[in-house]
Amino acid sequence: MAVTLASRRTTRRLAADAGLLVVAAAFVLPLAWVVLSSLDPRADLRVKAPDGLTPDNFDAILTPEITFTPLLNSLILCGSATLLTVVCAALAAYPLSRFRSRFNRPFLLTILFATSLPITAIMVPVYALFVRVDLIDTMQGTIFFFAASQLPFAIWLTKNFMDGVPKELEEAAWTDGASSLQSLIRIVLPLMGPGMGVVTVFSFVMMWGNFFVPFMLLLTPDQMPASVSINDFFGNRGMVAYGQLAAFSIVYSTPVILLYVLIARRLGGGFALGGAVKG
Amino acid sequence: MTTTAPHTDLGKTPGPTAPLRPRRGPGALVRALPLTPAVVLLLLFLAGPIAYCVYIAFTDLQLTGQAQDSFVGFENFTRAFGDEAFLNAVWLTLVFTVLSSLIGQNTLGLALAALMRRASEPVRTLTGGIVVTAWVLPEVVAGFLLYAFFRREGTLNALLDWLHLPSQNWLFTLPILAVSFANVWRGTAFSMLVYSAALNEIPKEITEAAEVDGAGGWRRMWHITLPMIRRSIGTNLMLNTLQTLSVFGLIWVMTRGGPGGRSQTLPLFMYEQAFQNSLIGYGTAVALLLLLVGSLFSLVYLRLLRTEV
Repeated sequence: MAVTLASRRTTRRLAADAGLLVVAAAFVLPLAWVVLSSLDPRADLRVKAPDGLTPDNFDAILTPEITFTPLLNSLILCGSATLLTVVCAALAAYPLSRFRSRFNRPFLLTILFATSLPITAIMVPVYALFVRVDLIDTMQGTIFFFAASQLPFAIWLTKNFMDGVPKELEEAAWTDGASSLQSLIRIVLPLMGPGMGVVTVFSFVMMWGNFFVPFMLLLTPDQMPASVSINDFFGNRGMVAYGQLAAFSIVYSTPVILLYVLIARRLGGGFALGGAVKG
Repeated sequence: MTTTAPHTDLGKTPGPTAPLRPRRGPGALVRALPLTPAVVLLLLFLAGPIAYCVYIAFTDLQLTGQAQDSFVGFENFTRAFGDEAFLNAVWLTLVFTVLSSLIGQNTLGLALAALMRRASEPVRTLTGGIVVTAWVLPEVVAGFLLYAFFRREGTLNALLDWLHLPSQNWLFTLPILAVSFANVWRGTAFSMLVYSAALNEIPKEITEAAEVDGAGGWRRMWHITLPMIRRSIGTNLMLNTLQTLSVFGLIWVMTRGGPGGRSQTLPLFMYEQAFQNSLIGYGTAVALLLLLVGSLFSLVYLRLLRTEV
């Protein structure tokens, strides 16, 4: 009995391995294309062994016009918006986590409701509104919108992380005459460092990959972040240089992959970036 | 936070322990003061546009050459339901959502999570890493990778040639299928992570007891595993659907909604009406419908969470 059970387990493990490897092979093909093509002097659209390895594609795209300016724009846009999001979320989460009020529940329900609204759907009216109030094609307008769209989920996450910090520590500070703001900054936030890290990274990664928001709200090519400028490989530069497109994709994607690895490690394997994975 | 969505208390208890009041309790208004920046931002840039959306959906606002937009009542909506292109977009959105979210991401995610419990460590790590990478990549990059995969001279056809199977121009003959597969490729990781977490919470004794009683793999899945993770299934379906409803960049990069509107889901239709045809009012009416469908799903999602709280 024990033996058959054990051998059955082995068979099942092999079957599961085989199944997973089939899926992995299918999923890896597009990824293999981007890596191989970026090093291929004559890249086309299919996965193939490169005709020799060359850094030429990277050399060609690592210019201010093609790569550095868009990446800097992405950084300014997403960095500022993330900062705004995290500061607002931390401030807002404090009373929600610490004080009892009959407004907490309706407020949190509204926030949770807002986390799952399809932001894509409101981009046309946001565009019309921004034209009317003269915020269209401005970095600050886009930053504010980015921050607002990410804020519901950031508040929700921050509040949950903050609930994990015991209040007794703060009570001692209050006895010593510290204000709420002081105890938030000096005691609560340092204790929830990893949590705040997750909120920050998550907001940043979501914005970094977002295409539709800057695509709608920014018009001047010089201001475009990488998520939009990548499309120029098809339009303005004539023949599509697939090797360069692949190289650019890698340069543009690397920061978010690294950031993801950072928080995934910190929170253990089972961690997934929760609720709002929206386009 | 876990993958099984945020199932924390909704402000019933403030924080971890008993109610807490600062020693020299300031008024409720003062204590709510830190909420101000967030609330202002949300009102101005989220609630504002939504309210504006509701307003201009009932006007004939256009992009250019119009002195004053005027109130047109339900005209945009009646027009939409008589517009074949709109109905086509609704149909394609439905196909896209059912194929890629309900069937694709959800089932494949569950299958991967279930297989991972039995597989050996290296295989599990490798597969997980690959699938999650597809998910972490920026939307537009994912679009380009799958564009290359499905193009006439792309990898899929090369593979089919090699197997001596008929190849075709996927982005032309079956664009909606291609973008659905693209969305499966990009979104499966989320379901996989949700289900991995959910399966981990099932006590081992239960499945082992069933196994000793001779229940086969499928029967155990159907009678034990699925009922035990039904809440995660609900949450996951809801979130997948909401995410899929708002996919724009992926389809835009791969097909631009074409050819001939054959992969034009509602977000792309909305964009085309508002900007290619300069009909902001009409585009917004479509947006409002999309928002309503999204809100409906969102409310169901809240109900699901509430049973869990």
